[in-house]
Amino acid sequence: MDFSFTEEQSMLRDTVAAYLADHYDFDKRRAVVSKEPGWRPEVWKAFAEELGILGAPFSEELGGLGGGAIENMVVMEEFGKALVVEPYLGTVVIGGGFLKHSGHAGAADLIGGIIEGKTIFAFAQAEPQSRYNLASVATTAKKDGAGWTLNGHKAVVIGAPFATHFIVTARTAGGERDAQGISVFLVEKGAKGVTTRDYPTVDGFRASEVYFENVSLGADALIGPADQGLPLVEKVVDEAIAATCAEACGVLRKLHEGTLEYTKQRKQFGQPISSFQVLQHRMVDMFINVEQAVSMTYMANIKVVDDAERAKAVSAAKVQIGKACKFVGQNAIQLHGGMGMTDEMAIGHYFKRATMIESAFGSVDHHLARYEFLSLGKAA
Amino acid sequence: MNLDFTPEENAFRDEVRAFIKENYPAELRKAQDEHRPLTKDEYLLWHKVLAKKGWVAPGWPKELGGTGWTPTQKYIWSEETARADCLPILPFGMSMLAPVIYTFGTDEQKKKFLPDIYNGNVWWCQGYSEPGAGSDLASLKTKAERITADDGKEYYIVNGQKTWTTLGQYADWGFFLVRTDPDAKPQSGISFLLIDMKTPGITVRPIITLEGGHEVNDVFLDNVKVPVENRIFHENQGWTCAKALLAHERSGIAGVARSKRNLEKLRTIANTERSDTGSALLSDAFFRRKVAELEIDLTALEFTELRTLAGESSGKGPGPESSILKIKGTEIQQRLQELALEAVGHYGAPFLRDLSGSNATVGPDYARGLAGEMFNGRKTSIYGGSNEIQRNIIAKMVLGL
Repeated sequence: MDFSFTEEQSMLRDTVAAYLADHYDFDKRRAVVSKEPGWRPEVWKAFAEELGILGAPFSEELGGLGGGAIENMVVMEEFGKALVVEPYLGTVVIGGGFLKHSGHAGAADLIGGIIEGKTIFAFAQAEPQSRYNLASVATTAKKDGAGWTLNGHKAVVIGAPFATHFIVTARTAGGERDAQGISVFLVEKGAKGVTTRDYPTVDGFRASEVYFENVSLGADALIGPADQGLPLVEKVVDEAIAATCAEACGVLRKLHEGTLEYTKQRKQFGQPISSFQVLQHRMVDMFINVEQAVSMTYMANIKVVDDAERAKAVSAAKVQIGKACKFVGQNAIQLHGGMGMTDEMAIGHYFKRATMIESAFGSVDHHLARYEFLSLGKAA
Repeated sequence: MNLDFTPEENAFRDEVRAFIKENYPAELRKAQDEHRPLTKDEYLLWHKVLAKKGWVAPGWPKELGGTGWTPTQKYIWSEETARADCLPILPFGMSMLAPVIYTFGTDEQKKKFLPDIYNGNVWWCQGYSEPGAGSDLASLKTKAERITADDGKEYYIVNGQKTWTTLGQYADWGFFLVRTDPDAKPQSGISFLLIDMKTPGITVRPIITLEGGHEVNDVFLDNVKVPVENRIFHENQGWTCAKALLAHERSGIAGVARSKRNLEKLRTIANTERSDTGSALLSDAFFRRKVAELEIDLTALEFTELRTLAGESSGKGPGPESSILKIKGTEIQQRLQELALEAVGHYGAPFLRDLSGSNATVGPDYARGLAGEMFNGRKTSIYGGSNEIQRNIIAKMVLGL
């Protein structure tokens, strides 16, 4: 049992933190996300070329740094502290995850493209009716000679405006919510029949509605087994959740630190409001929430590689993180008083990100139900 | 970062498990199963087995009889002892007083007191709280005046009242916080004294708690004569010892392994009990949600404790962060008790303590004593520095407020 980071992992953290301190302060970020295109390709290029972090979780044979979930965790926590909008999660964690686990023939080349910063993925999974059920897939892929024809509508695809490729879940057999009959496809964004409606999200990210109309896919577009793709989707989504929990830890730490700082300088009734016990205890409860979120994030990222424990560990962590995002985020605004309501202060931006993470890949209720099933068996 | 156990650690787990199985005192097991109050001797049976084996003091430095176990081995130890429902070792001497003696005591004091603590020969009790000094412990009034007696030796004459003295009815000795300088600021005029409970002038009076048990006591001190050499550390600097002791008290208080064991028991009960619709209670949507949330919170506590232990193994003692463990640990213990009581429904009501014969077996075995445990368990968020005081500690020591 060991809770320490290796020297390489600590260096990775320092490298990312130092770069973000120089290039990603709050005002800069606010200016970038408030206008098109909503991200900085030059930052992405620096991630690839200067920092080399886009290869963090890939093996050295593939040109990566030889890391895994813990490396993703380290990077994502730092990204959370700076509210980074560039598509590491969609590209490295999710796109890279599908390629690594599927044994796809083109995986090595595509991962090479990720590491170089040239290939960018967005995960086109959710649909207007699906809510958080990964098996709820109405998008269809029909066999067409050696290949497939794709039709459907994917909802709120985060990072789609920046992507070169989509990872798409589609139904190749069965009914709309069947666990069987789901397959995963690689679709180039520029393919004929792919259209998008792009928009910003409330927390400064970019997303799209993505429409597929008779999109022709070759046989090599299939990632993983035909019809039996759901376990692969669940595995990669669990990895994405573990990484998102790490991002949340960064966000939560900033919410808590920002609140401490603000209450120490804000004076009312002739004294700093941090001297009031009712506020002190609230900030202690926020602190406890943050520390427990960090503990659960470590737990989830250690266990995510163990298929027997993965799902339960990840859902437990997501429940804890979801609750912490709500409690810490809302109290951070409350303790900032009127200033917490302004767009000018960073605190509101962290709160908005925390709120979106709360339901990303499933709300607290969703993951509690999943955890219950895994730990306690079927409900009556 | 990993959670793997090495082959050596797995072998250690097997060794511990086998040792408990072969050596846990049968009469103690029987008394625990019957949920009856233990006698003084019964309390110490398991302690003495472990002292003989050399495993009674995992937290002590190795040269004083500690086991020299790694944090992982200690984790395995607490898991295995909880799993087997072993009686927890009484903390007063072993984990509260001993660290104060080996950190602040003289060589003579170490030689005089530590071996008897280790072997369970002397039963210690704690004299901290007073009727007027609970959360505000430093306002304590029990007074110790230094005199030179007719024999030419120096003594403290102690007068005052202590309260909430747990199992003081059995104690041979007590460690007391007393005021030696009434003019100093509250924290600076306190000394840490060891007092033989047989000294004339000491009266121990039971306090019966709401569940009907006799666990705590008032202790009255009326001109109690204590040799000056029974003081630990400097005069008027007892607060330093007190604080160190409380930090140790807090870190053990999380009780993760025991809560895991109690959660297992709760699940067994809830799988046996029926919901209103006749299905297992554990499959009832509302009940299982409470169990699931508790289980997740317990996991979060466990990993927070593991992180704290990892920090401690790199040389830090238990710091103010251990207040988190106290707060969350006691909250979880209390929720477990509430849910167990809730789970047994009607059979939470019978008060079986004084009954015998056929009446003593009313209801399922697992329902016995649950209400009493729940009532008694309300103490955990009050003692050892109430959970509100723990928040003050974190606010001041960790957050710098």
